[in-house]
Order: sequence, then structure tokens, then C-alpha cells
Amino acid sequence: MDNLTPMFVVIPLAAGFVIPMVSRRLRAASDVFGVLVMSALAVMAAAGARRGGVYAVGDWVSPQGIPLGIEMRLDGLAALLLIAVNAIGLAAVVFSVDYMRRYTSKLRYYSLFMFMVAGMNGVVLSGDFFNLFVFMEIAAIASYALVGFGCGHEELEASFKYLVLGSVASAFILIGVAIVYNMTGTLNMAHVATRLAGQPLGRPMVLALALFLCGFGLKAALVPFHAWLPDAHPSAPAPVSAMLSGVVIKALGIYVMARLLFNVFGAGAAALAVLRGMGALSMVAGVMLAIGQWDMKRLFAYHSISQIGYVALALGLGTPLGIAGGLFHMLNHSIFKSLLFLTAGAVEYATGTRDLKRLGGLRARMPVTAGTSFVASMSIAGIPPFNGFWSKLIIVLACVQAGRHGLALAAVAVSLLTLASFLKVQRYAFFEAAKGGTEHVREAPPLMALAMVLLALLCAGTSLLALTGIASPALIDRAAQALQAGVFGLP
Amino acid sequence: MIYALCLMLIAVGLYGVVVKKNVVKIVISLAIMEYGINLLLILVGYRAGGHAPIMEPGASPAEFAAGAVDPLPQALVLTSIVIGLGVLAMMVAICIRLYERYGTFDITEMRRLRG
Repeated sequence: MDNLTPMFVVIPLAAGFVIPMVSRRLRAASDVFGVLVMSALAVMAAAGARRGGVYAVGDWVSPQGIPLGIEMRLDGLAALLLIAVNAIGLAAVVFSVDYMRRYTSKLRYYSLFMFMVAGMNGVVLSGDFFNLFVFMEIAAIASYALVGFGCGHEELEASFKYLVLGSVASAFILIGVAIVYNMTGTLNMAHVATRLAGQPLGRPMVLALALFLCGFGLKAALVPFHAWLPDAHPSAPAPVSAMLSGVVIKALGIYVMARLLFNVFGAGAAALAVLRGMGALSMVAGVMLAIGQWDMKRLFAYHSISQIGYVALALGLGTPLGIAGGLFHMLNHSIFKSLLFLTAGAVEYATGTRDLKRLGGLRARMPVTAGTSFVASMSIAGIPPFNGFWSKLIIVLACVQAGRHGLALAAVAVSLLTLASFLKVQRYAFFEAAKGGTEHVREAPPLMALAMVLLALLCAGTSLLALTGIASPALIDRAAQALQAGVFGLP
Repeated sequence: MIYALCLMLIAVGLYGVVVKKNVVKIVISLAIMEYGINLLLILVGYRAGGHAPIMEPGASPAEFAAGAVDPLPQALVLTSIVIGLGVLAMMVAICIRLYERYGTFDITEMRRLRG
């Protein structure tokens, strides 16, 4: 068994408690500690990319193949998500060192941040329904608090909205868990999968699946359930927005949906059609709403809905190419969207506003921010050679291959609208002549710049993954295999 | 029958969350919803005439399994109550802060975020 697996949860959870204790006296200690913890986690995630296995918490043996204890399951998909969560987490923490000076309590910020990371790692690794729920709530409560961290009017309002909708989603999921337990007598995902295999889902299980789709759809902000996202994500401090848009909606939403649909319930045509429909709807609606926004972060937040739509659409196709494209796009989106939010944070840090109408001429004043923002914008708009192009290409090809030309056309059209709205950002914030009042603006501090450059390099770097073939990008292939392998067998 | 009552409790909670305008009432509705779900979970493990799942020394596992109530949902409910406490505390804290900022509990008057 792989003893590193539980460490992904234990380390950040412990750090969440230790950071406020050790760094009460020494201000800088929390920064150093936070960065160290996240670097360790990122290295571990990168090292674990090729490993796999099931870890039994507390070494509970399974008599007659009936799993009794809690299981943690590291497979290709979990490894992919771990890399995304911890790498983005590292960049966000490095960015926070300077950025979070403006807020009052940095210690509590790091503490909550670590809990959020612990919760997400736990969700990704957990092998049974209830632990998934518990870890999801840990991550969710931490993120509610982080959204409201500034304690201003907007922050509190957004946080409350997010909290109420998030709690309703959690309630749905818990009802689903209760139904699953009632019908199968077990909560272990592999065990549930074997009990359900080989027969059509009964009505109660269909209800449970619908509840899960609603609950996790709300967490993923797919379109009928997206109302909270454009408020919550821009209101949070920039590194937190980067985490929320970059990985939280994926780890808590899309990942779990994919896992349950493909590996536990055995992807039925109807469920896939629902996922596809929600994806296509989010893709179109998100970009339509985004293009009229003037608040930089709000615009990015609407694009998160749109891009998550791409992922859901591709996964909903259910074909190997679609799954590979969806997962690749999920990884890419987590990188370029968190980079976009970090650049927005840097702009706000330097100028004090993120209203596009009042910005301008930042290209000369903030070359690093402008450059990285340009890279991220081109990535999200799908301009080669950046990573967004490859994953969108795969998704469009998968749509065509599956015979859904309408969806392929929609994906291309949405991509063009995305390009338009990011050209707007680039023009108003960076290229247009300054509107005055920007004489004092200076480039972001070195650590913030470092975090942005790091993510920009990743944007270009992950496009190399496509070198191993469009159908199976390196790193993604194992995750896609995990989904295509069908329902779990018992270990 | 009892299942239906549970679902009614959940539905009442959901209704409150959707319809009520007062922030505190929304919080209470969410709590009601949660209690409904906890009850549902307990019911899942309930067995008429069963006894508490505590194994006496010397009792045979087969006999014990035949007569005892399923302990797992009870453990789940304990966890879910603790989570509920955390969420509730968070919500109430935000409500207090909201009242400080806006001077009202009415959600229709908190309308700074639009679009």
C-alpha cells in the first residue's frame, strides 16, 4: 500500500492548525510555512502521478471482500486532480504572501486556505460516499469563510448567497447518500458499484443519481445552478478566486460527477445526455453573460461557467476522445483561469480598481502582469500554441466524431465569443492609452510576479502534453482510462 | 409513513429557503431541512424491535447482527450533526456581520451585486 496517500489530507489539515499556533509571534513564519507546505504537497502530487492503489485507513481488513473501513483510492483521475489542486494551491500561496498584506488576519487566511486544500484532496482521494461528503463540507465551509474574508458589503452578501446555495446542494447530496445506503447497504464506492452492476437502476437509485447531479451541478456551477458563482468568485481575495474558479468547482463538482457517473452508476445514456445538455447550456449562457461585463473578475467568473460547460459537454459525450478532451480541458482551465484571476488581483493591487472602464495603459506600467495576462487570455480563447487550443480542438473533434455537429459548431462559436471578450479585456486594461491617474502604478511585487510567471509557463508547458497524440495526451491518458474502465471492481 | 413525514420536513425547509425574505428565517429553514435529512438517515438504519448495537462479551456475532439496529447511519448522523453545527455557526456569524453592514435582515434590501 502507498503510505503517502493519506498525507495529502493529513499535511494540510495539520498545517491549518499549526500555522496559527507557531506564527503568532513571528509574522513571516506563516508565509514561509504556508509556501513550504504547499510546495511539499505539489512535489508529492507530481511524484504520485504514476502511482496508484487503495489505502485502507486504520488498516481495517476486509473479511470476505466486504470493505469495512474507510478507503482512499489513488488512481489516474485522482492523481490528475491532485496535481491540479496542489500546483494551483502553490501558486496561490506564493501570490498571497504579498497580496494578503492588505487584509487584517493573514494567519486565519492561511489556516482556512489549508483546510480548503485538505478538503479538496480528501474529496479527490476518498473511496466512499460519506467521506466524500465530509471532505466536501470541509472544503466548502473554508471557502464560504474565504469568500467573505474581506467582510465588506459585497463580500458578505456573496458569501451568504454561496453559503445558502452550497448548503442546499450539500443537503441534496446527503439525501442521495442516504438513499444509496438504503438501497445497497454499503457506502464504499467500489462495493456500491458491484452491487449495482449488471442490472438497470431502480427508481430510488435514479432519484439518488438525480440528487447527486443537482447537488454536484450546483457545486460545479453548471447553468441552471450557476447563480452564486459570479458573485462569490469575484468577491473573494484574488488568490482565493484563483483557487475557487481554478480547482474548487472542479474537485467538488465536475470530478465527483464524472467519478459517480462513470465509475459507480455506470454511465447511462440518459445521465450522459443530462450532463451534455447542462454543459452545452452553461457553455453558451456563460459566454453570453460574460461579454457584457465591465468588472474584470466578474467577467472571468462568467467565463468559468462557460469553460466548465466545455468540460461537462465533453465528458457527457461519453466517448474516449470526449473524456480525454474534457479532462485535458479541466486541467488547462484550472491553470489559465487561476492565472487570469491572479493577474486581475495584481491589477487591483496596483491600481485599486478592476473596472475596465477606468483602467488603461497598464502594458507599459506592468509588463509582467500584462504579459502573463496576455498568455492566459490567448489560452482561454483557444489560440495556438497555448494549452487551451489543444483541449478545445480535442473537444470539437470528439463532438464531430460522435456525430454531434451542432454541439461542435456551438463549441467553436463560444470559443470565438470568448476570444472577443478577452480581446476586450486586453484592449481596455492593457493596450489602450492610459486614462490618467495611473502615474503611480507600479509592477506587482516580485513574489506575485513569480506566481504569475510560473502559471504562464505552465500554460505553455501543458500544451506539450498533446505531443503524445491528440487522442491521448500524456498525464491525461491514465485519468481517462480510469473513467473508461467502467464501474469499479472490488480490489 | 414516517419516511413521508421526513420528506415533508425536508420540503418545508426547502420551501423556507426559497420563499422567506428574512436572513434569519432562511438560516432556520436550512436547519429544519438538515434535521429532516438526519431523521431520514436514522430511519434508514432503524429496525422495528431492534436493540442498541452494543455487543456484549460472549454474544455470538450472528445473533447480534440479527437483532441489532444498524449502527452505521447513527455514526453518519453524528458526523452530519457536527458538520451542520459548523455550517450553522458560519451562517449566523455572516448574518450578524450582514446586519452590522446593512442594518437589516431583509434579503431584498441587500442588492449590491447584480448582473
